[in-house]
Amino acid sequence: MSVKKKTRFEVLGKPRRRVDARAKVTGLTKFADDIVLARMLHMKLLRSPHPHAVIESIDVTKAAAHPGVHLVLSGKDFPITFGILPVSQDEYPLANERVRYVGDPVAAVVAKDEQTAWEACELIEVKYRPLATISSSEEALATPEPRIHEHGEQGNIHRLQAFEFGDVDAALAKSDHVFEDLFFYEGNTHLPIEQHAAVAAPDGEGKLTLWSSTQVPHYIHRALARALRMNAAHIRVIACPNGGGFGGKCDLHNHEIVVSRAALKLARPVKICLNREEVFYMHRGRHPVLMRMRTGVTKEGKLTGMHVQTLLDGGGYGGYGAASTFYTGALQTVTYELPRYKFDACRTFTNKPPCGPKRGHGTPQPRFGQEVQLDKIAEKLKLDPAEFRLGMVAKPNSLTANWLRIGSIGLEECIRRVVALSDWKNRFRKLPEGRGLGLACGSYLCGAGLPIYWNKMPQSGVQLLLDRSGQVTAFCGATEIGQGSDDVLAAIIAEVLGIDPYDVRLVTGDTGLTPVDLGSYSSRVTVMMGNAAIQAAERLREMLADAAAEQLVTIPDRLVFSQSRVFLAEDPAKGMSFAEAVVYAETKFGTLGSVGSYVPPRAPGRYKGAGVGPSPAYSYTACVVEVEVDKATGWISVPKVWIAHDIGRTINPVLARGQVEGSVYMALGEALMEEQVFRRLPPKMSGALVHKFPSLLEYKSLTSLDMPEVVTELVEDPDPNCPFGAKEAGQGPLLPVMPAVANAIYDAVGVRIDELPITPDKVLKALELKSQGKNPRVGPEKFPQVPYPTPIFVPPPWEGGDGNEVKKNDALAVV
Amino acid sequence: MNAVRMRLRVNGEEQEILFHPYKTLLEVLREDLNLTGTKHGCELGECGACAVLVDGQPLLSCLELALECEGRHIETVEGLQQGDKLHPLQSAFADLGGAQCGYCTPGILMTAKALLGQEPNPSRERIREAISGNLCRCTGYLQIYESIEEAARRMREAA
Repeated sequence: MSVKKKTRFEVLGKPRRRVDARAKVTGLTKFADDIVLARMLHMKLLRSPHPHAVIESIDVTKAAAHPGVHLVLSGKDFPITFGILPVSQDEYPLANERVRYVGDPVAAVVAKDEQTAWEACELIEVKYRPLATISSSEEALATPEPRIHEHGEQGNIHRLQAFEFGDVDAALAKSDHVFEDLFFYEGNTHLPIEQHAAVAAPDGEGKLTLWSSTQVPHYIHRALARALRMNAAHIRVIACPNGGGFGGKCDLHNHEIVVSRAALKLARPVKICLNREEVFYMHRGRHPVLMRMRTGVTKEGKLTGMHVQTLLDGGGYGGYGAASTFYTGALQTVTYELPRYKFDACRTFTNKPPCGPKRGHGTPQPRFGQEVQLDKIAEKLKLDPAEFRLGMVAKPNSLTANWLRIGSIGLEECIRRVVALSDWKNRFRKLPEGRGLGLACGSYLCGAGLPIYWNKMPQSGVQLLLDRSGQVTAFCGATEIGQGSDDVLAAIIAEVLGIDPYDVRLVTGDTGLTPVDLGSYSSRVTVMMGNAAIQAAERLREMLADAAAEQLVTIPDRLVFSQSRVFLAEDPAKGMSFAEAVVYAETKFGTLGSVGSYVPPRAPGRYKGAGVGPSPAYSYTACVVEVEVDKATGWISVPKVWIAHDIGRTINPVLARGQVEGSVYMALGEALMEEQVFRRLPPKMSGALVHKFPSLLEYKSLTSLDMPEVVTELVEDPDPNCPFGAKEAGQGPLLPVMPAVANAIYDAVGVRIDELPITPDKVLKALELKSQGKNPRVGPEKFPQVPYPTPIFVPPPWEGGDGNEVKKNDALAVV
Repeated sequence: MNAVRMRLRVNGEEQEILFHPYKTLLEVLREDLNLTGTKHGCELGECGACAVLVDGQPLLSCLELALECEGRHIETVEGLQQGDKLHPLQSAFADLGGAQCGYCTPGILMTAKALLGQEPNPSRERIREAISGNLCRCTGYLQIYESIEEAARRMREAA
């Protein structure tokens, strides 16, 4: 029997101590900064105090002569640009001629200790010629010169994208109602408690090893080969367990390249650990996004079409930005039935730290807008927001307007559960003034369908080695960032082989030893690594079953692998230990090993741009948030959250619940307080654009005193593309929480706050407007002129076409 | 600056160290004694990752000069385990998802140990207050509360 059809599990679904828990609670987990090597030196980076300037000269003479200094590097040592995406190779490891944000690295000092390296950094003399700076998307659109980068669309516009799936204007014209709203989602940052660290060391043969707090060792490996002009086979990147990632350790970081160069040059280990202020400035977090949404509905409450426009403030470099830009539109279609969809997006360059992927990558912003707008629509149509959504949930095994293939969808069940648990029907719009309930939904990828650089190779590989002692060792490039990828790997192999997850030895995240897994991003690990692990384990199981069947004089199909034994299904006493089966199999086949790999299914969209959005499966979440709003102070407290997440299949409920609750926590921070914002210093202090509060104390996040009670429900709607049906749980559950908070505030005090974070001052302002009889809304008032291009026109699947672009007029003639 | 020589009592063991007097207790623990179980997240007293016990009280080791700790009893996460036996807090955190990435965990374990030392049966409210200076970005705190409550229960039963 194929294990994929298995429905009764020995490991999956049972609460279990994660396989790496003991090291975490004893302090033995080795994070990057915990690595100490003999003769190790320490590196520090000198960073730009200017948001935009030309570097006229750098004099490192004094720094190099400082006692204890071993090496000083600057831009001239790094002639090659880098960037995570092939289309945005626009950064230098150390700034070449220009700096583009406060914090852009300019020089590096390697010294006997950190203190000496800091002292020497201050001795480096850099002459800057300041340039005009750009602080927002609006300013970027209005200020084409000076250009922050020579690449990009025009002026200070980095990316422009436009797609139209069916004639949206026609659909809106025929709608009973059209709703138009503007929303703004402020940027915020990942704030992992572990600051980024990296250690580089040449080995005895001159080959390089880099240990880093990274979510993407494979991409770092590729980038290092290019940046150092070195044979990739002589570079080994080891991803240390991350002390929290959330997307903040997904990009290539300057210090990873610089510390590698320094170690090679000095032929001894070099370490760098960033301080907290540097982590704030390195950022790569949530883009600030301004949005306009026009949505048509019938009077019965069915969507007819939607037009989404987004404007992203990208900061000083490309990074993941091109992908982030796509994601502000790509997943608006997978939650509800939407006949037609149009999406325009624009990303600008500004003189602030670059933005990038954070939990939900580009999708929480439009999800916030969409779910708040749906709440407004329900109100206007006098529909219950839950019933309204239940009436239009996307169908399983269907295609969306933008040609994404949906598999299983447990959203209806999720909505029903949070409605029942929160006593929604008796409490929504019925609570006393100042208290309210809000509902919202969301969905997310289970892995991006395409890799960052396009190819047809597997996106995840697992290699298994069986020792004659019975020991199973699994090798996989997947990266443990706290989410439990090691536990998922061990659990899936154990389930297939009938052993205990604790008995699986793991070697992960090491480009020198493990098959490629692309990294811990886009919620891809459970699905991609999991499928690869099943394949590898099944191949081994077949060999073990063959050998054991021969001994037991039966056929392999009659054997059961369970509790570290292999035995006859009809007579469990007849069998052998797992280790004995390994010995028979090694005797029969020779040294035992196997590999498994995973390539996601090809997506049906054929148009240019169809590569962003496809996923092997989508997870779904529904959430109800209860708030209390103090009308005198505007203070918002959240006593309780109910959340139901369609996880497909639960691998370890302890970890799954932790992912959901951690998402709720981070989402409440984004909804109520977290913001990565900048201020200008006074002109006499250079007028620089600096981070408003680059400290953990001033950048507000929820503490244990702010965290509400959370009721978590895991809904299991297994998806055939997923390992045993298991979908993601790490990002999707964040998405519905922010709009549910906004909707609950409306229920509580009747004001709409159409921008995040929702702080007490905004609530007070809206209450004031309400008392004056004005529109009780706080949010963006206008959307600037953006030169969006003519959209790529693709008829949705139900209007003919084959997923390719067509000329709009030809398509309309057919319809 | 000249290095100074000092004796420090860490996890019940006497240590003689030679270090620069500007170093914090955190730096001396991690860099001079190689006790890397104690973490850092800000080095400004904002995150609680570096919490250790000094004479039984939780203290942010990033704000304390090592010089001031002479003769005082310092406990770090490395001293929690007794031989091969995990402390009840450690096993509860491992069983109940109290540690995700594990980076804030040592600081929270030490803070919780001090709490349970004073209050064997703390309310949920007291637990929330006690760890409000320890930031965790992974868990949303709920599984941390449950882990501390479970550890307290196990410790009361064993007592």
